[in-house]
Amino acid sequence: MKVSRRALLAGAAGVVALGKTGAAQVPQAPSDPSKVRGKPSRALGQRAPSEKPQRQPRGATSSGTPHQDLCGTITPADLHFERHHGGVPEIDPKTYSLLIHGMVERPMVFTLADLKRFPAVSRVHFLECSGNFGGRTAGPEITPQQLAGLTSTSEWTGVALATVFREVGVRPQAKWFLAEGQDAALLTRSIPVAKAHDDALIAYGQNGEAIRPEQGYPARLFLPGWEGNASVKWIRRIELSDRPFMTREETSKYTDPMADGTARLFSFLMDARSLITYPAYPVTLGRGWVEINGIAWTGSGKIQRVDISTDGGATWAQAKLQQPVLSKAHTRFRHLWNWTGGEAVIMSRAVDETGYVQPTRTELMAARGVSSVGYHYNPITGWLVRPDGTVVFRQESWT
Amino acid sequence: MTRRGAIRVAAACALGFIWLAGDRAAMALAEQARTAPAAKPQASKGTTKEPASFGIGRPATPAEIAALDIDVGPDGAGLPPGRGTSADGAPIYAARCAGCHGKTGKEGPNDVLVGRVPGDAFPFARDPRTPKTIGSYWPYATTAFDYIRRAMPPDAPGSLQDNEVYGLVAYLLFLNELIPADAVIDRSSLPKVTMPARVHFVPDTRGRPKAP
Repeated sequence: MKVSRRALLAGAAGVVALGKTGAAQVPQAPSDPSKVRGKPSRALGQRAPSEKPQRQPRGATSSGTPHQDLCGTITPADLHFERHHGGVPEIDPKTYSLLIHGMVERPMVFTLADLKRFPAVSRVHFLECSGNFGGRTAGPEITPQQLAGLTSTSEWTGVALATVFREVGVRPQAKWFLAEGQDAALLTRSIPVAKAHDDALIAYGQNGEAIRPEQGYPARLFLPGWEGNASVKWIRRIELSDRPFMTREETSKYTDPMADGTARLFSFLMDARSLITYPAYPVTLGRGWVEINGIAWTGSGKIQRVDISTDGGATWAQAKLQQPVLSKAHTRFRHLWNWTGGEAVIMSRAVDETGYVQPTRTELMAARGVSSVGYHYNPITGWLVRPDGTVVFRQESWT
Repeated sequence: MTRRGAIRVAAACALGFIWLAGDRAAMALAEQARTAPAAKPQASKGTTKEPASFGIGRPATPAEIAALDIDVGPDGAGLPPGRGTSADGAPIYAARCAGCHGKTGKEGPNDVLVGRVPGDAFPFARDPRTPKTIGSYWPYATTAFDYIRRAMPPDAPGSLQDNEVYGLVAYLLFLNELIPADAVIDRSSLPKVTMPARVHFVPDTRGRPKAP
């Protein structure tokens, strides 16, 4: 049976509407909307009743973005992935403050209003949890959301950390700073001061409005291109120092055991990766032209190229990149493919402006061995298109 | 629109209004604004250059800093007065920690805290089942004090007294065979505990051209 994605969705909606409870989830649209006066204006917009993209919680501490439901590069704020270590705190913006002390000339306190008085900077950037690889132990029936839902892209607005650091007078011997959140974990990470002088922000805006609670309301550290854990949310304190603090999150967690018997500390950078979001499980393809599409991103700057293979990696062709390609942001790629009905493995491979090429599973395992957690796993992955048009994740052994 | 732009438009609208309405009072006001000596400092033209200081924020008091400054460094900086032994920590562990970490720290269901690898080998990239315990994987003993004090137990984070934390740390280090049963853990002894995993940690070695 060959079913288009649209038919599949419509069918699912029908099942919901005719469910045993009789409670129709989707209101019946008039057969000719032009013959019925439409709805009045309202204070808050809502998605069309048939559109129900949802994050997918994994336990109580994370939920992923439904990449299979998205078509551009900006993630709607309510679908931005979340990951937290002590739950999402409720913080009163009126009493919120950020303390900066340690190796500074003037230890200072900034309210939210203070932070907003500084010159603002807005930039579009991806954020990604370094544990964002769901393909190690998964079965074939996983969606792009399950495979790589812990990355999202937003327009972030805030004050450059360098501006705030100038205000407090960071001393020259300060090479690191501790960032501490106001959540129940009082999450802490040590960050090189050099990142502040590069592109770090104290962000309070997300896609044009206040940051969502799950993303750090009312203010968070934002370190473009670096692992999400280091961009400490709900930031309440920054302490400047001449050495890192060796917190739990940067020693016992978020370190990378290597095949050579070492473990990497402070592996902040998120390397280039790509993800085909269509076609992917649970889509069923019909024969004919398919526009393969997905997202690619790199913490090193801009995506330079995305290659697509429809024959399991034997040959590759260059995909079209949605313009403009922004630095350290999701980049949408698209590639036309005429599927004639045979079995096929479709894959994508990102190359960034530094020349870094997204690694294969074999290359990753040669360097990293078999990790129990799998931070910074960015392998090329494939979707298997079966002759009947069903699409599943192409499983590979990671042991 | 920038605020400056908004003011400019508002001024233009006001002048337009004056011209249309010919309001005498408004004209007089406008005339006055043109000719009156500058009582206020002349409006700044604005700049794209940031000043050395914006004068935003206020000084932090020593008390404010002390109230939040709870971090502990690998050199022991920030460790508070107080002390504890494994005997002090055992009952606290049983009451507050064992439910999540297991009776002896090995059973879970949450993070396994106790256990060494034979020969203090570092097999974590070969055998994903090897638990990353305090004894097998944590590079600094000070981290245990910092983390327990700030975040544990999850149902009452930050509720443990400093002596309780010292006792718990002593108990966990003892269970991991890193200190003897009667060792006193305090601000001077904790940073000196040798952690077997320490030698394995290296800075991020991904360079350019980069390897995975």
